Amino acid sequence: MLELQHIHKYYNPGTINEMCLFEDFNMTVEDGQFVSVVGSNGSGKTSLLNLICGSIGLDSGSVLIDGKNITHSKEYKRNQYIGRVFQNPAMGTCPNMTIAENMSLAGNKGKFYGLRAGKKKDRMDYYRENLKSLGLGLEDKMDVKVGVLSGGQRQAMALLMSTLTPIRFLILDEHTAALDPKTAELIMRLTDKIVKEKKLTTIMVTHNLRYAVDYGNRLVMMHQGRSVMDLAGTEKEAVSIDEILDKFNEISIECGN
Amino acid sequence: MNFLMSILEQGLIYGIMALGVYITYKILDFPDLGVDSTFPLGAAVTASLIAKGMNPYLTLLVSFAAGMAAGVCTGLIHVKFKVRDLLSGIIVMTGLYNINLFIAGTNNVPLFSEETIFKNHFTDSIFQEKIPRWWNIAVILVVVLICKILLDLYMKTQSGYLLRAVGDNDVIVTSLARDRGNIKILGLAISNGLVSLSGSVFAQQSRVFDISMGTGSLVIGLASVIIGISFFRKASFMKTTTAVIIGSIIYKACVALALKVAGDKATKLITALLFLVILIIGMDRKKKVKIHA
Repeated sequence: MLELQHIHKYYNPGTINEMCLFEDFNMTVEDGQFVSVVGSNGSGKTSLLNLICGSIGLDSGSVLIDGKNITHSKEYKRNQYIGRVFQNPAMGTCPNMTIAENMSLAGNKGKFYGLRAGKKKDRMDYYRENLKSLGLGLEDKMDVKVGVLSGGQRQAMALLMSTLTPIRFLILDEHTAALDPKTAELIMRLTDKIVKEKKLTTIMVTHNLRYAVDYGNRLVMMHQGRSVMDLAGTEKEAVSIDEILDKFNEISIECGN
Repeated sequence: MNFLMSILEQGLIYGIMALGVYITYKILDFPDLGVDSTFPLGAAVTASLIAKGMNPYLTLLVSFAAGMAAGVCTGLIHVKFKVRDLLSGIIVMTGLYNINLFIAGTNNVPLFSEETIFKNHFTDSIFQEKIPRWWNIAVILVVVLICKILLDLYMKTQSGYLLRAVGDNDVIVTSLARDRGNIKILGLAISNGLVSLSGSVFAQQSRVFDISMGTGSLVIGLASVIIGISFFRKASFMKTTTAVIIGSIIYKACVALALKVAGDKATKLITALLFLVILIIGMDRKKKVKIHA
């Protein structure tokens, strides 16, 4: 379970550009939830993810994972429990390293990176199996550098790599936004498959309202640092894209877009 | 023949340094100016230890360790105090100058009668005091090969993968729940260790420590790495480490030829111009520009 309690976050504090993003923001994500977060630009979606992952600090409040306070633990330490896929496909893989080397790096997460060989035969078979499940033929290109793969292939690998070892939370930061519609669809289906197979608790930020409706079992709409819509379970299943769009238009007009 | 032998000797010795520069410049993408002082650091440590009667082979290891310590300093300054990479190197380079002097005792320490890795009891008993030139090259070659093979093996370990990942995409390293700062420090330590080792071999081969011997080392190292990588870009069968060592020999050959034509007076100018030419020819520059554009 992930809890955000009484979060306060200001940008540029003490200057004329001071902006309050979160004021007493609270949110709880239960185990097994797949939360889709939507909202206009600047509504605090990505900041929310950054606060959870520790990429940015907060002014007051606390972040708890399974009741354990991680508010002050460093970003890299939190990543023990968190897998994250970024909007930019290049962020999730090492371009100058081969597919096999990338998989080996990801497969060792949580363990010590010592002087044992990076490529081990038995592990390679396991990685190949995993790559096969993507259905992109990457398992036959183990010695190809990731840099030559397409954005979609790289994003699929980034998704696989971030979920290769047991994690508590999967964080998806507009991970289909940089892809063409067809590839985005493919990555979304893969995401759904992996989340269901591994029963991952997931938070996905997206601009695609349809994905937010079609996937996941909870939907949160953010606006100016608050959640203006929060539907879970049967409520979420019953909601249509039009209702979401109406609400979305309403808040957009409010801020003059 | 003597001319070629001397190019080979110098090229191989600086090849060890080029391996170190390869780690910082190519793998970590960290312009480490500290190299200019870690090279004489190895020489200073060697000169003072040999003068005290230490086994010359052992001085290689001590030099390596001393270089690692210098690398850790650069790394700590950069990572813990968030000083920019270039400046961290400059700080260490400047500070080490006096430490080198302190270790060696004076500006210039000749090593004429002392034992070295090239000439000692053992070689004297084989060659009756007259060491043939090829023996020098053989000794250097062994040191270079050991460094190269160990480095190649290291790069294939999990720790080595992580080191490469830091330079390639450091976001990944954080995602893997590792502190990228510590890995950078480790990389700098290995790199400076190799540079210092190279200085140790150089001092033993030229039989002298001189405080100014490190000036321009970084340029030599960078030129070697860039030549090696751009010349052998297409040769996929060849390991980058091999290419870098050969790059060092090619660079030394170019400098030697240029000096033969132009004379001794213009050494630095020729070095600088050669480096410029190499940068222009090397594809590396274009690639970098493209990435940052």
